[in-house]
Amino acid sequence: MTASVTQEAGRLPGTWSIGLRRVQIELLQFSRDREAAFFTMLLPVLLLVVFGSAFTGDVAPGVPFSQYFLAGMLASGIVYTSFQNLAISIPQERDDGTLKRLQGTPMPSAAYFLGKVGLVLVIYVVQVVVMMAIGVTLFGVHLPSTAADWWTFTWVSVLGLVCCTMLGIAFSSVPRSGRGASALVSPIVLVLQFTSGVFFQFDELPHWMQQMAALFPLKWLCQGMRSVFLPDSFQRQELAGSWELGRTALVLTVWSLAAVVLALRYFRFRRRDDN
Amino acid sequence: MLGAVTLDGTAVSVRGLLKRYGERTAVAGVDLEIPRGEVFALLGPNGAGKTTTVEILEGYRSRDGGEVSVLGVDPAHATRPWRSRVGIVLQSVTDLSELTVAETVRHFAGYYPSPRDPDEVIATVGLSDSADQRARLLSGGQRRRLDVALGILGRPELLFLDEPTTGFDPAARRLFWDLVEDLAHEGTTILLTTHYLDEAERLADRVGVIAAGRIVEVASPAALGGRQHAEATVSWTDPDGSRRSLRTAEPTRAVSELAATFAGEIPDLAVTRPTLEDVYLAMVGAQ
Repeated sequence: MTASVTQEAGRLPGTWSIGLRRVQIELLQFSRDREAAFFTMLLPVLLLVVFGSAFTGDVAPGVPFSQYFLAGMLASGIVYTSFQNLAISIPQERDDGTLKRLQGTPMPSAAYFLGKVGLVLVIYVVQVVVMMAIGVTLFGVHLPSTAADWWTFTWVSVLGLVCCTMLGIAFSSVPRSGRGASALVSPIVLVLQFTSGVFFQFDELPHWMQQMAALFPLKWLCQGMRSVFLPDSFQRQELAGSWELGRTALVLTVWSLAAVVLALRYFRFRRRDDN
Repeated sequence: MLGAVTLDGTAVSVRGLLKRYGERTAVAGVDLEIPRGEVFALLGPNGAGKTTTVEILEGYRSRDGGEVSVLGVDPAHATRPWRSRVGIVLQSVTDLSELTVAETVRHFAGYYPSPRDPDEVIATVGLSDSADQRARLLSGGQRRRLDVALGILGRPELLFLDEPTTGFDPAARRLFWDLVEDLAHEGTTILLTTHYLDEAERLADRVGVIAAGRIVEVASPAALGGRQHAEATVSWTDPDGSRRSLRTAEPTRAVSELAATFAGEIPDLAVTRPTLEDVYLAMVGAQ
């Protein structure tokens, strides 16, 4: 009995248990970081309210713009909470010594990434609930009514989060400093939002822009979300004349795999000038 | 418990350590041997290779040559069990700013197999009154003590302290020294780097001076540079008001001879030997 207790006390905590502690501490830090809270949580909500109030027309007979815009903002929410959040916060943590400190402890690297994944998941869920609530109460948006639509919503969200989390981790090695990170990352997200049909109707954009946007995940996330929030009759206005859900899954999977390879190859715990 | 079994022996062993950054050789063949239980201070000017050497020992940096063993393990292949036996207090980090002292220490305790009690550690470093304060609001000295709390949390056999008291006021420095001495009494091996020679003199069993990537000398603070055998300087003021001094290997005789020439007290009498700073500056200046 005593012997087993001693042995228990001397064993290194497992990766999952440390990962869970990382999720808690990440959430605590996030909740106290005003800048991150604004860019990741408040901004999309603000955009939803502003755009929802400014554009009140219909995108198709019986389909208000707010219905279209909520789909785009939920897709954007995936990018905000995962890609933008991590591509900005990880360089900052590299600069302020968080990563160096962690590297000097027995914390397994995987636990750090588990913490990030947990953080992304929780803030995405909160964001979805807030945006849907605003959409329904303020702008009369109809939430999906079939199990099939909710299933699509779930897998598009999960695959999108996986893809953009990996991309955020990989991209975190690009900014030279934590301070420069948001100046580099925010415009990328903004341009993709404009070209992927978040702010404007995708089918009204120039052809070359549509082609370019189709290379990146956000366009497919938007399309997946539209399939959930817009009536199936709207499919005719899509470029391919259909929701292309199979292709969406394929594109997101390919991007995820590429991002994993890039993250494994380029992720750095240390600043460039620190070795 | 594990430490007690292997208490005798070597904590750090370095032979022919080499590190280059491009064309520049930062560490040019450092040899170092630190027995367990010792407090060892590594002194040297900026750019001498001090931090590079220490960061190689901490497993942060790769090396270009030489053999390194820290607690019996090559830090180039640092494992989680090894990390749990080593405590690191880094220079100037500003992370964790939005967490309180207690939240931070409790969180990090979860990384170690048998951590100290978080509240006890907070008390040990003298932060009990600031336990619920966010790290951002701590003073420089308090912030550093939080770093030390995290460094000693896992009951390390070896603790690295990289310039731990830079920016401290004198009172905070004294408190910090007491803390380090307590850790040393508990048997923790400590490798300290510092720019403060009084700190090295107070804390270290031995000091090593590094300059231009090489260890110039390793000795006790009292014996470094042959200090204990160095000639003493006897100085006093003559009746005409002029300041006089003489260097001698026999200061006692010099003083008694001097006493005979004065009626009573010798005005402004002082007998000094070279300070650690004097011998240190001579050493690194000669490089």
